[in-house]
Amino acid sequence: MAFDQLSDRIQMALRRVRGKGRLTEQDIDTMMREIRLSLLEADVNFKVVKQFTKDVKEQAKDEKILKGLNPSQQVVKVVHDALTELLGGETSVFSLEKKRRNTIMLAGLQGSGKTTTAAKLAKHLMKNQQAQPMLVALDIYRPAAVEQLQSLGEKLDIPVYDEGTDAAFESIVKGAFKVAEDKGCDVLIFDTAGRLHIDETMMEELKKVEALIDPDESLLVLDAMTGQDAVSVAEHFHQSLNITGSIITKLDSDTRGGAALSLKQVTGVPIAFMGLGELIDDFDVFHPERMAGRILGMGDVKTLIDRVSENVDEDDMMGMMEKMQEGTFNFNDYLKQLKMIKRMGSLGGLMKMIPGVNKMMKNMDVDDKKLTHIETLINSMTKTERKKPDLIKKSASRRRRIARGSGRSVAEVNRLLETLNQQKQAMKRMSKMDPSQIDPNNPMKALQQTTPDKKKKRKGKGKGKGGFRF
Amino acid sequence: MGIRDLFRSKKKKQRAQKYKLGMEKTRENVFNRLDALLAEKRDIDEELFEDIEELFLMADMGVDTTLELVNHLREHVDAKTVRDASELKDLIVEEMFKRYVKDDVLDTNLAFSDDLSVFLFVGVNGVGKTTTIAKAAHMLKAQGKKVMMVAGDTYRAGAIEQLRVWSERVGCDFYEKPQGSDPSSVMYDAIARASKNDVDVILGDTAGRLHNKKNLMRELEKIHRVIGREIEGAPQETLLVVDATTGQNAIQQAKVFNEVTDLSGVILTKLDGTAKGGIALAIREKIGIPVKMVGLGERLEDLEHFDIEEYIYGLFADVMADE
Repeated sequence: MAFDQLSDRIQMALRRVRGKGRLTEQDIDTMMREIRLSLLEADVNFKVVKQFTKDVKEQAKDEKILKGLNPSQQVVKVVHDALTELLGGETSVFSLEKKRRNTIMLAGLQGSGKTTTAAKLAKHLMKNQQAQPMLVALDIYRPAAVEQLQSLGEKLDIPVYDEGTDAAFESIVKGAFKVAEDKGCDVLIFDTAGRLHIDETMMEELKKVEALIDPDESLLVLDAMTGQDAVSVAEHFHQSLNITGSIITKLDSDTRGGAALSLKQVTGVPIAFMGLGELIDDFDVFHPERMAGRILGMGDVKTLIDRVSENVDEDDMMGMMEKMQEGTFNFNDYLKQLKMIKRMGSLGGLMKMIPGVNKMMKNMDVDDKKLTHIETLINSMTKTERKKPDLIKKSASRRRRIARGSGRSVAEVNRLLETLNQQKQAMKRMSKMDPSQIDPNNPMKALQQTTPDKKKKRKGKGKGKGGFRF
Repeated sequence: MGIRDLFRSKKKKQRAQKYKLGMEKTRENVFNRLDALLAEKRDIDEELFEDIEELFLMADMGVDTTLELVNHLREHVDAKTVRDASELKDLIVEEMFKRYVKDDVLDTNLAFSDDLSVFLFVGVNGVGKTTTIAKAAHMLKAQGKKVMMVAGDTYRAGAIEQLRVWSERVGCDFYEKPQGSDPSSVMYDAIARASKNDVDVILGDTAGRLHNKKNLMRELEKIHRVIGREIEGAPQETLLVVDATTGQNAIQQAKVFNEVTDLSGVILTKLDGTAKGGIALAIREKIGIPVKMVGLGERLEDLEHFDIEEYIYGLFADVMADE
């Protein structure tokens, strides 16, 4: 994911000071030189880097820190706070007003992902703020942009308003307002045509469109892979429009993310959301502090918890836990669990939020398709088999039939049976664990500690490190 | 020989005019500042080197390329072959040129076979693949080729329609299958159709994909393989489309796409913005793949062969003019 490489480099720089009992100004200088280079390599704007380096140096060299207790930890904190500040400080609160028409306009360069983002944002607001969104197609230039929005709206069951590509903006905006009222939609998301920030005619046109809509929010959509030019783009859009926030897209790439790190500093407006993948649900609120934590390798447990609580029904979960503890957990429950996980987004993305796991996973290839394979395997079982996994365990012919039916191998059926078993075991152990013993900064440790003998036994099998067998 | 000589011929200058216009903003932002920096009768000191460094970094040339270039300048200054700041200009231009060309004979012409040729356009999302295909079709049609566009992006909503509209505007053949079809099968069928209809060149669109998505890259590998299996030596061109505003990530893009599809060149789009496109130099330096074409505007005609001389001339036009 984005920031990974930047994260590696910065952590390497921090290692220069970590664990040292005493720090000199020179240590700070060496560390900052490396951080400066890693930020530049990450496409962070040159001027932003300059300011950042200067600020952190000043703070880190403060007497109180250098001579204080545990100076290295304090320096890491200074970097963490500065990075959080760079990314925008507080999470920007984006809340719609109830019982009134809310309007959001999206603007940006060609290819930054406005149309896709419009659909993702609509879905997000529907899910998290119980909004009734409507999408409005204002991109009358790019061939088939209107069709793209229509087809996205259809998929999501969200109304899309358009007047083709020959209509005047005034007519489209007015028409959209009227239809929204008739349909009872309370958020209108306007997808505008991509344009170059230096194209004066086009920027002038956008200004007029903004005046027509008079939006509550004008959001700049920016590709996370943008280089030094991000600043010039943001500045121009900011000057022409009343930009209130930005959305950074394609953060699922392996970009080092410099654009995201420069944006707030230049425009002064917060990054409100981020796009994280091709699926409509790969979209989230942008939390500067959590992102800073991720870059510094501290994980992002908060987002993980959010994601879980958003998508998991607590009653369901408790029921499952009980079943696991009783040992009656079967494939029907497993399937339910699988669907829950799938709702939360990609597995690799989820796991990376656990502190320490990101490093571990560097060379691991988490394949979400495996989840689908497991689903097919379970779907190829009879109803009785799903309830009583032991039936399968005892019968080779059942295993062969399931393999044939799902188009997978018998080995995979065996592995699935084993995974189910392991899950039951793990749950039993967890239920015996004392929650107060779990270190919030490293929850994995607790799990590992309770499974010392098991781990040793499995060594040498190659695959299947840890308990994750997906 | 100074690089200046390269621009002496009138023909060159005319051709370079388009670059100059297209890259107006690019030049204004960075290289005019360089010019101003060096024109001042200032001493060559560490501060000057830092300023030059900053300019290169701002042009997305990347930390490595920038440091090497500046170190090269330092060496010359240390060796006393350069005394005056204004002389650094020539040195910079020459060094950029040398580093890009690398003693190769760079040919930006697209490779055709005598029979049916296939050009495959690949890249991450939103770089302008579909629009570039339209421009390329327009260019090839003007050269008398019979062109067929193939809607290989069966994933993104509206992608097929977008290409269809372009094919109608350009006036060339078009092949599509419904959204969601396997893109390899689209190419396979398109090749069969094109062979029957005496098509000279297929321009194959592909869905934008991030290079760190393993499954999508495997899909692309398959598309590439299927084309090669149907026509020996095809695709004749596999072109990575790169947005000029992209930062250092473009190097990673070029690296991974090259591993999967054996790229023959890069097309640098949206160079008419304020982006400096310095990433083109970094890609050449690190991955070795040259730029073949550049997109310099929104019109169908705004696709040009990339010429490093003209590119540098575009950057330094004002510097050269007074000679």
